[in-house]
Amino acid sequence: MVWPIDLAILTLVVMVAIGSLMVKDLLGAAILFGAYSFMMCLLWTVMGAVDVAFTEASVGAGVSTVFFVGAVFRTSRRTRD
Amino acid sequence: MKIIGLIVAVLTGGLLVYAAGDFPAWSDPASPASTYLSPHFIEKTIEETSVPNIVTAVLADYRGFDTMFETTVIFSAGVAVFLLLRTSGPKTQQTRLYRHQLTGVTVRIKEGAELPPSDNFERIDRFWTPHDLIIKTVCRLLIPFIQLFGLYVIAHGHHSPGGGFQGGVILGASIILLAISHDLRTAIKRVAEKLDAVLCAIGVLIYAGTGALCLLLGLNFLDYKALAPVLHVDSIMARSHGILIVEIGVGVAVMFTMIWIYSNLSSGGKYNQGL
Repeated sequence: MVWPIDLAILTLVVMVAIGSLMVKDLLGAAILFGAYSFMMCLLWTVMGAVDVAFTEASVGAGVSTVFFVGAVFRTSRRTRD
Repeated sequence: MKIIGLIVAVLTGGLLVYAAGDFPAWSDPASPASTYLSPHFIEKTIEETSVPNIVTAVLADYRGFDTMFETTVIFSAGVAVFLLLRTSGPKTQQTRLYRHQLTGVTVRIKEGAELPPSDNFERIDRFWTPHDLIIKTVCRLLIPFIQLFGLYVIAHGHHSPGGGFQGGVILGASIILLAISHDLRTAIKRVAEKLDAVLCAIGVLIYAGTGALCLLLGLNFLDYKALAPVLHVDSIMARSHGILIVEIGVGVAVMFTMIWIYSNLSSGGKYNQGL
């Protein structure tokens, strides 16, 4: 583990996670959640869990973001709370 | 309500962070998790299964029962989205508009009438987007390579990170990319809805059927050693081949479930439009 990389990724994970909760625009939240998944994927790679990182990249950052965008597209783009 | 939720979340998070102090140190060889089973997997996997990637061997062989139900969860998700969203409804197709891409002529098709068979017509409705040459061409060039990579990930899961889940998701994503870059109808023309439903059930069936075959051949459920006489290899290679068979089952199930969920989700279950 290289600690500067680790620290940078961890900071970004927390920032993106809070951002995806706070954002009013649901499309933006879906994109931020994809970014969160990608950061988690980098974190798994840093810790040596390459199989988990691969799953996170393909399922978390790839397909689930598409599903979120599809669901936002069929419903409404703004939250009411 | 919001404040109560925030308090609960902060309390739970604080408790988890506090409990994390009791964890054994990162990669501590004396921790309970790496004292009993892990050394066996690390030392014996290659002897017992001849699979270099220990993660694959643990997931599909030592812990195969768990992975079988993970595949069933994915399948259930596909069925749940289908049951919730898919609406059969009467086909109230009023007058539809089609544009001939080569000439730019717009054709009006009345109810019950059929479009002349040609690939150059595109449907014009509320979700119509202009024909974008760059996006369509780039995606059409990329998709074969994505699919090839997906097949590689499934087939090479014994030696490198990857396997049925990841490869299946990549294969499914290639068809979803086709649906996004062109439109949903183009993707449905390649992979029909019935094919989705049948093949994601068949994927689970391949997995469970391999287990049942082991049972019929006289050993435990999902004990691939039993496949040795069927595959004409020794019992160690039989475990390796058994892992490949179930990974293919997982790949098929995951790929078609992803396409099935996407086409139901993006078209609101109506299968006529989409992203």
